[in-house]
Amino acid sequence: MKVSMTVNGQQRTDEVEPRLLLAHYLREVCGLKATNIGCDTTSCGACTVVVDGLTVKSCTVLAAQADGAQVTTLEGLAGPDGELHPVQRAFREEHGLQCGFCTPGMVMAAIGVLADNPDPSDREVREGLEGNLCRCTGYHNIVRAVRTAAQAGPTAGQVPQAQEVQA
Amino acid sequence: MIPGPFELVRPGTVEDAVAALVEHGDDAKILAGGHSLLPLMKLRLAMPSVLIDIGRIPGLSYVRVEGDEVAIGAGTRHHELEKDPVAQAEVPILPYVASQVGDPQVRHRGTIGGTVAHSDPASDLPTALLALGGSVVAQGPDGRRSIPVTEFWLGFFETALEPDELVVELRVPRTGSAGWGYEKFTRRANDWPIVAAAAVEGRVALANMAGAVVRATATEEALARGASIEEAAALAAEGTSPSADMHADAEYRQHLARLLTRRALEKAAGAGAAAA
Repeated sequence: MKVSMTVNGQQRTDEVEPRLLLAHYLREVCGLKATNIGCDTTSCGACTVVVDGLTVKSCTVLAAQADGAQVTTLEGLAGPDGELHPVQRAFREEHGLQCGFCTPGMVMAAIGVLADNPDPSDREVREGLEGNLCRCTGYHNIVRAVRTAAQAGPTAGQVPQAQEVQA
Repeated sequence: MIPGPFELVRPGTVEDAVAALVEHGDDAKILAGGHSLLPLMKLRLAMPSVLIDIGRIPGLSYVRVEGDEVAIGAGTRHHELEKDPVAQAEVPILPYVASQVGDPQVRHRGTIGGTVAHSDPASDLPTALLALGGSVVAQGPDGRRSIPVTEFWLGFFETALEPDELVVELRVPRTGSAGWGYEKFTRRANDWPIVAAAAVEGRVALANMAGAVVRATATEEALARGASIEEAAALAAEGTSPSADMHADAEYRQHLARLLTRRALEKAAGAGAAAA
């Protein structure tokens, strides 16, 4: 079947099998490999991307379900001049990563947290990231990074291409 | 993991979805958010040859007051229910319980109709709906019918739905400011409940204590007789047959049922002070 969607601002149409998962579509058809597949069972959140303004785990969404949608992956966050998104910048400043495997999903999920609540407490960040696992257990710095990103204002809870992330 | 191959049908109306169910029978499954079905398909525990994607049918997501009841469209996603002002005012247990499902990403996809039709005994929203009372509205080739929630969940992945019917709406009584409680025990933040208890106006339902969500009838009868919360909650595990798994054995689940029932009833008695 044919699916059409906007991925990181680029409109594309591809012929896919109905059973193709969005995570595999992004990685293998679009060649966007920042989106990691960790547990493959909707638990770890490494495959989190933003679809029509909402964070989702792309290992549990069919590419066909995203037909017609606006999809943003980690690759779509930085500006054309390479300027980092406020959440990316804060993860770097606060060293919000160790091995880095969970990081793309953490960053996308953090944008969703900030869209829902622009100035979360530590506890609210932890609850908002409950669907993302860091097996290095580097959570303290991740929480700190999200709170630092919040100081950048509303852009921290938004993805580019003027797609507003909803609560 | 990749699901087995299937044909995808994308009806534009509920009538077309029902027609597809009639045409394909047992080979077909309804796809809504997919957060129960797709994991099963990836594990090849389910291999439907046809998926009927109802996610593009307009008008299936709503929460509105109709007389003494609140009507909730089957396509209402958990995060929508969580934030819905009508649900918060009229039946506040539901938005709270919706907020306890999985994690934010899961709540962005999962639908109330999906979790109802799936009949996993460890689901949060069916437990709350069973305690609330009310009904499941199903649509088939002969039109709509209403099934009381007490007759809907028959067992593990088994409901009173006919193979050619689809859940289109949930109807629950307006509880307003009446007290309620929902207590869920998990080991990890985004897990299914090992056991959960929902209490609303003297009715108590339990998750994961049998093949399907169940009412704690001995507790309800004791409350009706005027027993104290402590006495009534001590009866919560009566007649239950919970399974044993790596998280808990049956005896421990029965202990949790009594404990969580007591806490849920205490919160309900605290009138509205139920949000954890």
